[in-house]
Amino acid sequence: MCLAVPGKIISIDATDPLMRTGKVNFGGIVKEINLAYVPEAEVGNYVIVHVGFAISIVDEDEANRVFEYLREMDELAELEDETSS
Amino acid sequence: MKYIDEYRDAEAARKFADAIARITTKPWTIMEICGGQTHAIVKFGIDELLPDKITLLHGPGCPVCVTPLELIDKALDIAARPDVIFTSFGDMLRVPGSNADLLSVKAAGGDVRMVYSPLDALKLAQQNPDKQVVFFAVGFETTAPANAMAVYQAAQQGIKNFSILVSHVLVPPAVEAILSSSTNRVQAFLAAGHVCVVVGFEEYVPLAKKYGVPFVVTGFEPVDILQGIYMAVRQLEEGRAEVENQYVRAVRRQGNLSAQQIIREVFEVVPRKWRGIGSIPQSGLGLRAAYAEYDAEKRFGLGELTVEEPPECISGLVLQGVKKPNQCPVFGTLCTPEHPLGATMVSSEGACAAYYRYRREEVVGLQSSVFSREIQVASQQLVVGEGEK
Repeated sequence: MCLAVPGKIISIDATDPLMRTGKVNFGGIVKEINLAYVPEAEVGNYVIVHVGFAISIVDEDEANRVFEYLREMDELAELEDETSS
Repeated sequence: MKYIDEYRDAEAARKFADAIARITTKPWTIMEICGGQTHAIVKFGIDELLPDKITLLHGPGCPVCVTPLELIDKALDIAARPDVIFTSFGDMLRVPGSNADLLSVKAAGGDVRMVYSPLDALKLAQQNPDKQVVFFAVGFETTAPANAMAVYQAAQQGIKNFSILVSHVLVPPAVEAILSSSTNRVQAFLAAGHVCVVVGFEEYVPLAKKYGVPFVVTGFEPVDILQGIYMAVRQLEEGRAEVENQYVRAVRRQGNLSAQQIIREVFEVVPRKWRGIGSIPQSGLGLRAAYAEYDAEKRFGLGELTVEEPPECISGLVLQGVKKPNQCPVFGTLCTPEHPLGATMVSSEGACAAYYRYRREEVVGLQSSVFSREIQVASQQLVVGEGEK
């Protein structure tokens, strides 16, 4: 139910702020999405979409954090291995 | 797809699973609240990658599953009326009410339609001014901004033939109900990422402190979930009980403020009954007095209903994490997705449906073993139990 999918904004129609909509591309499928809750979103941003509404802009820097975390964890594990051996 | 595929990377998932195994020294029980996460955990076999010491319990975060039987009966009543177009998200259509489901009302001639968004229902109201268009507004905090916006726009545009049947529930009160229960086994929570996208995660800070339980706001892909579990285990092993955010690419501490503003404009916090769990104070949303004319219960003059659940269904215990789906004596036998006894077998996010879909071999395997005797005995006991009533 709380399923939400990331897609890329390819155009924005902002004539009416409450009805601010945009075309969002989900891996090739383009849908018209309500953008009222992401007023700062721009063309090219990725947004997380739930039942026709964008509810968050994907933070591209933070998106890589999980992989940095993994690298740090690996380094830590190697260090621990070295100290224990 | 970008922001999905990389979080399904097998190598990254394996690294997190190894890291979890490396830091786990004691048995820990962690609950994922959201049904979407339950589905991903069972589908990708994430629980099977974890050390034996880690138990995952599946929480009540399936709005379809916790919508009370009374409300489904009300939906069936409205949907059967001749001047009504009844609209709903797809997974509500097959949830059994007392005697039928929405699809059978449709088969009997009711105008029941599946929609992708509440705004589609609003559009139908504009296109069909001679009909009453009702939307079944089910959901957690994630869906509240969409449903609130449909009502807000109906009011702004003076669309009078639109109303919603509200069954909105809130996550933190349900979490507190689990934590304060005498049967609670949960030692840490994965908080539902998309709920937190909308409302943020400040509300969990006092809960973490009061009950000494860690919360990790977690995303929905396998690597997200494994990292969330890793962060939770690390807190447990270090004796910390803090609120941490794994899903940083989408969740901000304060949530989405413009969405919260429209929710507050249209809805107020009310007590709600949860199917299988019971009434929880301050655990849902209802329409504010200013929007009462969009309340389908009022529009169609539906009074209070009290109905009983099928006695064989243990979905309440499954939703609270007390039992696993395959510990139910009628799982996969009397209760299947084709003939569900409870909503947890209907929604793809229901724990029973996820186990049925992805763990069926185990059930078939079990039936040929000693376990089948236990199932038989338990079923007989249930039949006897029913006879006594």
